[in-house]
Amino acid sequence: MSHDHSSLFPEVLPAEPEKATLEGKNKFFGQWFFLGGETVLFASLFGTYLALKNSTAGGPSSEELFGLGLVFLMTMLLLTSSLTSVYAMYHMRNNDYKKMVLWLGITGLLGIGFLVCEIYEFAHYITEYGFSFQSSAFGSAFFALVGFHGGHVLFGICWLTTLLIRNAKRGLNLYNAPKFNTFSLFWHFIDVVWVFIFTVVYLMGKVG
Amino acid sequence: MTNESNSNLDQSEVFRRQKSKEEMQRQLISFGLMIVFTIIAFAIVATGTISRMYVLPILFIMAIVQAGFQFYYFMHLKDKGHEMPATLIYGGVWAAFLTLAGLMVISWW
Amino acid sequence: MSSIAATGKRSFGSFLWDYLTTVDHKKIAHLYLAGGGFFFILGGLEALIIRIQLIKPQNDFISAGFYNEMITMHGTTMIFLAGMPILIGLMNAAMPLQIGARDVAFPFLNALSFWLFFFGGILLNVSFLTGGAPDAGWTSYASLAMQSPGHGVDYYILGLQIAGAGTLMGGINFIATIVTMRAPGMTYMRMPLFAWATFITSVLILFAFPPLTINLFLLMFDRMFDTAFFNVALGGNTIIYQHLFWIFGHPEVYILILPLFGIFSDVIATFSRKRLFGYTAMVFATMLIAFLGFMVWAHHMFTVGLGPVANSIFAVGTMAIAVPTGIKIFNWLLTMWGGQVTINSAMLWVLGFIPTFTIGGMTGVMLGSAVADYQYHDTYFVVAHFHYVIVGGTIFGIFAGLHYWWPKMFGRILHEGMGKFTFWVFFIGFHLTFFIQHFLGLMGMPRRYWVFLHDQGLELGNFISTIGAFLMGVGTIVFIVNIVYTAVKGEKASADPWDGRTLEWSISSPPPYYNFEQLPLVRGLDPLWIEKMEGDGTIPPGEPLDDVHMPSGSFIPFLMGLGFFVAGFGFIYQTDNGLWYLALYGGMAFSIGCMVVRSLKDDFGYYIPKEELQKALEGEAK
Repeated sequence: MSHDHSSLFPEVLPAEPEKATLEGKNKFFGQWFFLGGETVLFASLFGTYLALKNSTAGGPSSEELFGLGLVFLMTMLLLTSSLTSVYAMYHMRNNDYKKMVLWLGITGLLGIGFLVCEIYEFAHYITEYGFSFQSSAFGSAFFALVGFHGGHVLFGICWLTTLLIRNAKRGLNLYNAPKFNTFSLFWHFIDVVWVFIFTVVYLMGKVG
Repeated sequence: MTNESNSNLDQSEVFRRQKSKEEMQRQLISFGLMIVFTIIAFAIVATGTISRMYVLPILFIMAIVQAGFQFYYFMHLKDKGHEMPATLIYGGVWAAFLTLAGLMVISWW
Repeated sequence: MSSIAATGKRSFGSFLWDYLTTVDHKKIAHLYLAGGGFFFILGGLEALIIRIQLIKPQNDFISAGFYNEMITMHGTTMIFLAGMPILIGLMNAAMPLQIGARDVAFPFLNALSFWLFFFGGILLNVSFLTGGAPDAGWTSYASLAMQSPGHGVDYYILGLQIAGAGTLMGGINFIATIVTMRAPGMTYMRMPLFAWATFITSVLILFAFPPLTINLFLLMFDRMFDTAFFNVALGGNTIIYQHLFWIFGHPEVYILILPLFGIFSDVIATFSRKRLFGYTAMVFATMLIAFLGFMVWAHHMFTVGLGPVANSIFAVGTMAIAVPTGIKIFNWLLTMWGGQVTINSAMLWVLGFIPTFTIGGMTGVMLGSAVADYQYHDTYFVVAHFHYVIVGGTIFGIFAGLHYWWPKMFGRILHEGMGKFTFWVFFIGFHLTFFIQHFLGLMGMPRRYWVFLHDQGLELGNFISTIGAFLMGVGTIVFIVNIVYTAVKGEKASADPWDGRTLEWSISSPPPYYNFEQLPLVRGLDPLWIEKMEGDGTIPPGEPLDDVHMPSGSFIPFLMGLGFFVAGFGFIYQTDNGLWYLALYGGMAFSIGCMVVRSLKDDFGYYIPKEELQKALEGEAK
């Protein structure tokens, strides 16, 4: 009797489908450890930013530049997208594929909304203020930190899109459940980083 | 497993779903608190009520608390089976703290 | 797959394809050893060129510019392209076997890690052919690196970025493996010290490489895209580069040594026929070294002007690391004391390591005194120190590990006579080269100078130093001859040639591709020794015999590495000519496309039928 992979597609999914297989456990731990490394990655960017944020080279400073309204909107979008991904995982554990996809879709849309706002914000700085990646050390550090974060959001959205398209016709099983969970952990982490960005860069930047 | 009577299977599943729903309510409360913290933070800065010396630590502490909600509730760090992830996240936080301390405190050229 | 194993005969083409597509940790180990070994030879040649240039005062063997390339590439190659890959190879070869696993947590990622190292290393060395290698030192400090004309430093940035990504993935892979895939009964405190060392080193990699990644990005943005991180005119600050570099750089040297501490523990216990003295203390000492290792980076920056308070804090931390390290040295000695010690090649390297590394550690504590360091900094005293710890620790340990695990990896035992010859010639050569350099440094000879002057008392020391380097070269050549000889005519190895104590010696040499027919049941520390003393010498099974799931091979890791390699050229040359953006975007798109293909194509692996495992078990029983 030779084994096939039918054990990955049981009739009834176990309670925590994302950790029910060895591969699932590995992906779970692997993603958490990756996030530990990402913590230090963003800390390096934050450190560089904090060291250089007053080096404006005669250009605009953080107090003059940042508008809190747009940043508040972006924060609401990303924070809500984090909640919607929690809902998605809740439905996944209830074996409700359709609802999971719905909430993941909303997560993605909120993420796209965030990115649209951020691209507008960057364009605004570059055209209206001449504040760019190259204009001063402050500019380089700001765009590096916030840009890397935005890059992570973009990567997350592309990842989510690939997952949703690939699994559109398959429903939930023990092969793809860990993939959705891994994405969800990544997405939450991006929100954690944003909490520190809006606090340290924008709010503290406005205070001076 | 398949030999278990239907009612037993339903009962354990019912129990799990009940627990899950309660968990979701806690998540929603966490989300609400996070929104509140965010609004307070923005309001403090927008209105300029509190003096600069106190504002910076207050904002920072609120950010840490929000991050805590995100990690412990949204990402389930408080649940069983998360000891090793928690250890390595705290390890990362420590390395991050050292990096920030170095770049902020002893970089002045 | 099993039919090839059965016949043992296959074409060179299928052999090559096997290695290009393998995700088996044992074969990936072979690849890392071969790659690392190749770059070790390159690094050694660079060292010889340096020493020839310094054999006499005001020599003109090579130009000053080329000398800068030699010192830069020697350091970069030895650390990133030789030392680390060989260690990762040994960790790949031995750790899964030691914990009773069939592979690592992410076999595909493991292969990708290798190919990223490979292509990163090739990219770095292509620079020699295209206008000059990087020449700003292995540290490539921002001020000098920004000024360096030509593309050498750009090759440094892209080569290390690509290779570093592979290393970071490898770190995550090893941590996940140890957390989830230990065999039944293998608790954390029953793991061999090498498995512990792999675990802790991987945590160091996880936290140390991100600052390097960011630092390389900052340098790349400044050189290629005119940003202002290090441009003082626009408010930049080059000290940031130094901080980020050493926040990576200091944990990096602990990454280079901790695996060897693990190897020494295992080798000493085995060849003293005695369990490791103070196992728990050894585990916690390793953790303490790793923890403290993150808190001392500014001892590389004592003369930068951080101020007396900062200097003092880092000086004290630096000296503190000597304590857990000393605990380890004493425990190794106490393991040998009262044991039945066999002195073979592996043990010779261990016995050579102990005094050598201790001397290196001692000069490390001397350098840790911030005040004294103002005299030592940028002299040959520092060069002597770090070669004593890196060569005395890492390289000696690698030789010991290779002799110890060669039978397990390749099914043959390295020739003892040649092994002993290599040891003695290399050991004597090493001390000739580097012991003298302590005194050259104390006499004031600066580092990184392409010539030294007459009549300063430096002639004899430099001459002897160069002779020593040639002796090390001879030793290395004999080791290579040993490898070839062993492959052709070497003594075939049994499963357990050393009367070992740990799980890897309970399976054949080399192991079957699935490692264990049944995952082993572990009853305590040194599980094989327990079975020899209290059981029948065989490890009891920890699971019923059943079909075994294995991961499928894939060509995609190689292709992804290739894509990033091409993109690397694009990044380097796009400042010269816009057409290079084709390579940049094309290469990136190709690699990302490979990732998408990987995601879209299901890969469930395959199963080895129970019957094949049954037959293997019966074959062994005979």
